[in-house]
Amino acid sequence: MGIIRNLSTNLTVIRQSLLRNHQKTIMSRKVHASRTEGVDKNVWVEFTQLAADYKAVNLGQGFPDFSPPEFIREAFCDAVKGGPAMHQYTRAFGHPPLVKILAKFFSRIVGHEIDPLEDILVTVGAYQALFSAFQALIDEDDEVIIVEPFFDCYQPMVVMAGGKPVYIPLRPREGSAVLSSGDWVLSAEELASKVTPRTKAIVINTPNNPLGKIYKLEELQMIADLCIKHDLLCFSDEVYEWLTYDGAKHVKIASLPGMRERTITIGSAGKSFSATGWKVGWAIGSRDVIKHLKIIHQNSIYHSATAAQEAVARGFEREYEVFGTPESYFQQLPAMLHSKRQKLATCLQSAGLNPIMPEGGYFMIADISSIEVDLNDESNKDEPRDFRFVKWLIKEKGLATIPVSAFYSSEHGKEFDKYIRFCFVKEDSTLKAAEDILKKWSQKE
Amino acid sequence: MNFAWHLRNGSRLTCRSAPAACRRTFTAQHVMMSRHTHAKRIDGLDKNVWVAFTSVAADPSIVNLGQGYPDIPPPSYVKEALAKAASVDRMNQYTRGFGHPSLVKALSQVYGKVCGRQIDPFKEILVTVGGYGSLFSTMQALVEEGDEVIIIEPFFDCYVPMVRMAGGKPVLIPLRPKPGKIPTSSTDWYLDPDELSRKFNSRTKAIIINTPNNPIGKVFTRDELQVIADLCVKHDTLCFSDEVYEWLVYKGHEHVKIASLPGMWDRTITIGSAGKTFSVTGWKLGWSIGPESLIKHLQTVMQNSLYTCPTPLQEAVAQGFLLNYEMMGQPECYFSSLAEELEGKRDRLAAILQEAGMTPVVPEGGYFMLVDVTPLDQDLSHMTEDEAYDYKFVKWMIKEKKLAAIPVTAFVGEESRKHFEKYIRLCFIKVRRISLRSCILFCTLWYFVIL
Repeated sequence: MGIIRNLSTNLTVIRQSLLRNHQKTIMSRKVHASRTEGVDKNVWVEFTQLAADYKAVNLGQGFPDFSPPEFIREAFCDAVKGGPAMHQYTRAFGHPPLVKILAKFFSRIVGHEIDPLEDILVTVGAYQALFSAFQALIDEDDEVIIVEPFFDCYQPMVVMAGGKPVYIPLRPREGSAVLSSGDWVLSAEELASKVTPRTKAIVINTPNNPLGKIYKLEELQMIADLCIKHDLLCFSDEVYEWLTYDGAKHVKIASLPGMRERTITIGSAGKSFSATGWKVGWAIGSRDVIKHLKIIHQNSIYHSATAAQEAVARGFEREYEVFGTPESYFQQLPAMLHSKRQKLATCLQSAGLNPIMPEGGYFMIADISSIEVDLNDESNKDEPRDFRFVKWLIKEKGLATIPVSAFYSSEHGKEFDKYIRFCFVKEDSTLKAAEDILKKWSQKE
Repeated sequence: MNFAWHLRNGSRLTCRSAPAACRRTFTAQHVMMSRHTHAKRIDGLDKNVWVAFTSVAADPSIVNLGQGYPDIPPPSYVKEALAKAASVDRMNQYTRGFGHPSLVKALSQVYGKVCGRQIDPFKEILVTVGGYGSLFSTMQALVEEGDEVIIIEPFFDCYVPMVRMAGGKPVLIPLRPKPGKIPTSSTDWYLDPDELSRKFNSRTKAIIINTPNNPIGKVFTRDELQVIADLCVKHDTLCFSDEVYEWLVYKGHEHVKIASLPGMWDRTITIGSAGKTFSVTGWKLGWSIGPESLIKHLQTVMQNSLYTCPTPLQEAVAQGFLLNYEMMGQPECYFSSLAEELEGKRDRLAAILQEAGMTPVVPEGGYFMLVDVTPLDQDLSHMTEDEAYDYKFVKWMIKEKKLAAIPVTAFVGEESRKHFEKYIRLCFIKVRRISLRSCILFCTLWYFVIL
C-alpha cells in the first residue's frame, strides 16, 4: 500500500511539474495580435528615459514646465469640490457643458453652425481623437497621405488600422536662405502624384510639429481642391491653433468651401491651456463622419473624465467672453512664447546651430550640419546622424532635444537627419540653463 | 484598384451624355457616399443599451436604478488628494505613458499583498482609461481574426463588441439556474463544466470571466475558477479576468483571483477599476495586471491609442491606495467599509422587491441585483415593438412607475434571451433612492398595480 501511495504521490508531483513546465512555454502559437507588430518602438519612451537618466536640461518632450493659468486651475478645483456628479460618469460623447461651449466657440471662428451633440466628440487628448478617426475611417489597404515632418503617432496609427501611409515631405524652397518655417513648402505636383484610387484621407498638422509651419490659405486651398476632386477625407490636427507669431494667421481647412463635410478638425485642451496632463481633446466634423468616431469611442474607452471636462468647459466659457482681447489666454500665451522663441533662436545661432524660425507652435528645429563633433559612440553607430547627435548632446552636454528624422518616414529620413528639435514652452530659468550650456559649448569651439 | 473607384469612374462614363449639371451632381453625390464609408471593424457595433436607456433616465423625475454608478460622494480624502495634486505644477503635465509612477508603485504594493507575489510596477502593470480601457487594450493587443473568445452570459455588454472589433469571434456560454429551484441568490447560478469544456477548441484564444459578475452578482468560488483554469491550461488559452467589483463581496463569500491559481499567472490579465474601488466612476482610471510577456502588447496598444492617462487623477488614486494599504484587513479600510455599507442596501432593496411581489436574486458581490418580474405577470401586449419582454418591461416601468432599470437581455446573446427576458437589473449603490420614503412610495405603487 505504501508503495502505491508513494507512486501516486510521485505521479502527482511529476504531473504538477509538467504543468509548471508547460506554464513556461505557454502559447506556443503567437499571443499578440498582428496589429501590434511594427508599432512597438517609440521615440518618446527612449529619449525621455535618457533625459531623465542624465538629468538633462529638457527641451525635448513638448509640454510646459510652468503652470497652467490661474483661472483654469481654479476651474479644476471648483469642479473637484463640486457635487457627487463631478466624480461620476458624464455623457459618453462629451460632457454637456463642454460640448456646448466648444460648439459655440468654434462656430464663431469657422463661420458655420456646429451641433454640440452631433458634430463633436470629446476624447482623452487629441491623441485619442486621432486614434478614433483612424480606427473609424481607415480600413485594410486604404492609403493615407501624411505630410512630413509629421507628429510621430500618425504613422503607427495608420498602420494599426490596416492602412498604408504615403508620405510627402515639406521641402525648403529652392534658392533662398531657409530661415523660416514658411520657407518649407509642399509641391502641388508632387502631392497630386501621391493620390491613387486607394487614397482615403490626408493628414495635415497646422501649426506643424516639429517645424512650426502655418499653412497659408493658398496652400490649404490647394490641399482642399485635391480632397474635393478625389473625394478624400481630411484629418486636420490643429492642437497648436492659438500659437501663432508675427501676425501669421491660423486658417481652418474645414472653413473652406466643400471641406466641412469631409474634414475632422482635432483640438487639445492640454495645448490650449498649458495643461497637457489633463488629457482632454476633441474631434469636430460633420455628423455623418463623427458618428463613426463615436462608435469607436463607445467600444474603446466610452467615457472621458468628468471633472477635467468641466474645468475645460469653464476655461472656454471664459475665453469666449474675452476672445480677441489682451485678456484672452489664447493671446497671452503666444505673446509670452514669442520672446522665448526669439531668445532660443539667438542662443542657437551663437552656438553655431542654424535655427529655422517657426511661424507657430512651440518647437524650433535647428540645422546641425555645421557642427563638427566626434560622435564617438559604438552603441549607436548605425543610427541616423541626428539620433546620434541628440544622444551625444544629452550625455556630454546635459541638454535634451529630439531628433527630427523621428518625424519622417524611413524613405525620407536620410534627407532630414541634420535637424534636431527644441521645445521652448519652458520657464525662463530652463531656457537660461540651456543658454548657458550652449554658450559654454560655443566658447570652447 | 478598388471597386469603389471603378463604380465612380464607371458612373462618370455613363453620364457623359447627360447635361453637365446633372452629371456633376450625380458624380459628386455618388462619390461622397463611396468615400465616406466607415471602416469594416465598426460594422454592426453602433447599438448600445446605455445610449438607449441613460438618456431616457436622465429625466430628474425618474428614480434611476439603471446605470451603474454611485450617487453617494466618494471618500473625502480622495477628492482632497485630487485637489492637492492639481495644485502641483508638474501634476498638470504629461506623466509616464504606461502609468504614473506613484500609482503603479501603489498598485504593485496593494496587489502584491493581495496576490502574494512580487508585481513589477513598470513591466507588469498598465494604467488605462477605466476598466473599459483595460478591456479594450487587452482585446486589441491579444485578439485578432481567427481567434475565438469564450464569454460567459450574462456578460458586461461591451465584451462582445470589443471581441468583434478586434476581429475575434465571441463564443457564448450561459450561467444556468441550478435545476429544480427558482433562483433567489446569485449562488443559484452555475457554469456547467461539461458544457464549458465543449466550447474550447484549437481556435480558442481566451476566456473572459467577470467576478464578481455584472449583472448577476455571482462570485465564482475557488473550485469553479479551478475548472476554468484547468481548461485554460489544457488548451493553452489566455484568461481575461474582469475584477472591477473585487472589493464588493458580501459576508460569507470570498473573492478569488484566478491569476493566483497554479499555471494561471502567465496567461491571465486581471483588470481593476479606480472608479469602482473608490466610487469615482467619473475619474475613468483602471489597470491591467499580468506577466510582462502579455502586458507589453497592451502597452503597445496604449502608446498608439491615447498614450497616457490624466496625471492629477492618477496621483490622487495613488494616494487613495497608499492610505488604504495601511488599513487593509481593518474595518476602516474603504475596501471593506464600502462593502459593509452596500450589504445593508442590498438587503433593504431585496426586501422591498419581495414585498412588491417580485423575486430578487440576492447577489454575493457587486452592486447590482437581478429581479425576476414573472410573478407580476404584467401584460405588455399593447407594446408592439419587436423587443424582448424585459426591454418592454423597463420602458413601461420608466413611463408608468418612474423607475429606471436595465433589461438583462442586453447582457446575453440571441439564443439565451428566452432564459433571461423576465429579469431586470437594478443598481443599489444609491443613497437617496433607497431611503425609507422611496421604499414606501415604491411599495404603494406596486400594490396599486396588483389590486
